Amino acid sequence: MTQLFLSGTWGTLRLFLLTLVGCLVLGTILAAMRVSPTPVLRVTAHTYVNVVRNTPLTLVMFFCVFGLPYLDIRFAESAGLNSMILATIALIAYTACFVAETLRSGIATVPVGQAEAARAIGLTFGQTLSTVVLPQAVRTVIPPLGSVIIAMLKNTSIASAFNNRELMSAMRNAIELRGDLVITILLATAVVYLVLALILGRVFDLLEKKLVILR
Amino acid sequence: MTADPNPAQTSPQPAPGRPLVEITNVDKHFGEFHALKDITLTVHHGEVVVVIGPSGSGKSTLCRTINRLETIDNGTITIDGKVLPEEGAQLAQLRSDVGMVFQSFNLFAHKTILENVTLGPIKVRKLGKADADALAMDLLTRVGVEHQAQKFPAQLSGGQQQRVAIARALAMKPKVMLFDEPTSALDPEMINEVLDVMVELAQDGMTMVVVTHEMGFARKAANRVAFMADGEIVEVAEPETFFTAPRSERAKDFLSKILTH
Repeated sequence: MTQLFLSGTWGTLRLFLLTLVGCLVLGTILAAMRVSPTPVLRVTAHTYVNVVRNTPLTLVMFFCVFGLPYLDIRFAESAGLNSMILATIALIAYTACFVAETLRSGIATVPVGQAEAARAIGLTFGQTLSTVVLPQAVRTVIPPLGSVIIAMLKNTSIASAFNNRELMSAMRNAIELRGDLVITILLATAVVYLVLALILGRVFDLLEKKLVILR
Repeated sequence: MTADPNPAQTSPQPAPGRPLVEITNVDKHFGEFHALKDITLTVHHGEVVVVIGPSGSGKSTLCRTINRLETIDNGTITIDGKVLPEEGAQLAQLRSDVGMVFQSFNLFAHKTILENVTLGPIKVRKLGKADADALAMDLLTRVGVEHQAQKFPAQLSGGQQQRVAIARALAMKPKVMLFDEPTSALDPEMINEVLDVMVELAQDGMTMVVVTHEMGFARKAANRVAFMADGEIVEVAEPETFFTAPRSERAKDFLSKILTH
């Protein structure tokens, strides 16, 4: 039983960590596109965010898990690994929208004058964004970004419906084995999520303190 | 309204050289508002041109068009013979040769004073960190804030921040420096420390375009004064001539309002 929960927790963590990296990268790219001087990039990112953000995650996952294999897109031989990768893609695609919108609100808090000053010393748009605007934007949005990331952690539970081994599927297996302990098992699962989310919250609190900018 | 072709005759400064910034028939609208009306002005190598005028007259806009922080509708602007390029790498290149100092300093809040100054040399001029640091410390010493190098902008006074901003612009070794009301956001007791740096810069032969309300600076350091009103350059003259015997009615009116105290 403990073994089951441990491997489930590991499955959740693996999904979470892969998605974390992916959604931060894609979210940053989307946010950069949304403030870029090129209209095509702005419209593309805007459309993507609006479509994916307003679609239920379960549906996004259906698209990835059943749609991509239908198009003959496979990432691994083993069915389990393939399901994990497809679920991760869905989570990244979905969460990146929220990351992008959060970052964009942070970009709006950086005084325009600083971006002008950066351009005036000859930095390109990309350099201005990466060295002056984004570092400050990230620092101001750490609290809301924390909420987005915690929501993503909990959203990994949806992957359990798509042939993934993680906490929720571990919980279902455990209930099948010991139906008499159903309340205990439900509570135990909730506690694992709670502990993971609290640790995450603590990390963001520390980041917030460490990265404060004097104004 | 072409500039005096030979402003050196009675100028306190060395004779200006060939044209560096040439603004020709420039028009600019903000929606319905006609911000710049057919502006023509030439700034020569080594020359200091002070632009004055009532607020809303377009002087800041004019200053910002010179490095294309504002786009223009008509006309041409050339810097050292090169027409300002459209957005892109070439524009960034050209901007690196045009230093700019803003009213609100605009130092990068998350970087130390030293990093503020070295960012451009490292990212644009591709200097090594050690060389950039040495260059920055030289400039910070020159403007008198070398002891603040490891602090963050918010820890400095306004006057210190503005001097850092000047050092940051100088670190690019610009051909011309633009000052957009550099002392307007400063407490009175800090204005002089910034003006002193600017006067020194002018005496060292830097080409400067200065939008300011500091008439003392104009008298002390300018080769020419350009007076703007309602988006037009109304009058261009040497400072003494302008302040003692302005030709236009609007200049007389403006001067009578600001010089009564």
